[in-house]
Amino acid sequence: MSSIEERVKKIVAEQLGVKEEDVKPEASFVEDLGADSLDTVELVMALEEEFETEIPDEEAEKITTVQLAIDYIKENLG
Amino acid sequence: MTITTSLKDRVALVTGASRGIGAAIADMLGEQGATVIGTSTSEAGADKISQRFADKGITGTGRVLDVTSADSVASLLEGIKAEFGAPTILVNNAGITKDNLLMRMKDDEWASVLETNLTAVYRVSKACLRDMTKARWGRIINISSVVGSMGNAGQSNYAATKAGVAGFGRSLAAEVGSRGITVNTVAPGFIDTDMTKVLPEAQREALMGKIPLGRLGAPEEIASVVAFLASEAGGYVTGETIHVNGGMYMA
Repeated sequence: MSSIEERVKKIVAEQLGVKEEDVKPEASFVEDLGADSLDTVELVMALEEEFETEIPDEEAEKITTVQLAIDYIKENLG
Repeated sequence: MTITTSLKDRVALVTGASRGIGAAIADMLGEQGATVIGTSTSEAGADKISQRFADKGITGTGRVLDVTSADSVASLLEGIKAEFGAPTILVNNAGITKDNLLMRMKDDEWASVLETNLTAVYRVSKACLRDMTKARWGRIINISSVVGSMGNAGQSNYAATKAGVAGFGRSLAAEVGSRGITVNTVAPGFIDTDMTKVLPEAQREALMGKIPLGRLGAPEEIASVVAFLASEAGGYVTGETIHVNGGMYMA
């Protein structure tokens, strides 16, 4: 089983159409990885499916970087 | 470039499909090859749809749906996905009228028409959108009315929802175009259905005089426009309102 970090990075790469090596922890979805607002909504939906959880909208809005996504998953599912 | 009007391998959801325009739309999408789920507010209506599909050799089924209930929408979609796969064609057709002069209109007449004709379009579209964005393909077609553009005394509630649907469609079209999803509005004029049969004879006569083609439209003439928009052939049309009214109102 892959680690949470690996799983999150894989999803980000798939959803945003970027290379996995570019998905660095500090990378911002919008500023560094070229996501638009709809991409970020889809990304959260993909994370919800991968980790079988529901991320409330007010929490989802705060997930703006790869690390924040990893942190959220760890805190809420760890 | 080959362009097809076939809907083979598509799953289509049509609300309000037991009679009138919705029935014609559901049947035509089915005849073009789509698997169709047609909804009705009652068990009897849903059975009637299933029976009609069986008679015409259409793949699909009738289902009960209360478009004003989020739970009803959620459980319908869950069932469709399990049995047929997620719908990527949605036709928001279900609608009601509660006509009254504004000065006599009851809060309930206003609220219930808004809930069924406008809020439900938001609700069902939202519920289907996730799978359309995943599929990178989708068609949302909302059935409006000529009344939304030209107005009609006694229908301020109905007209507000029908104009609202068109604005909703334009905004959503801008939002999800990048995902290969088109959103359009079809605005029928005076069509021969149960909804227009109740109009007084004098009003029918007066309306007829304003229609250059000199006749009522048939439900199938709305369905054919919807089928076009749902197919690959209509793939570059989005955010548009298409009037189908025999020239009664030319926008």
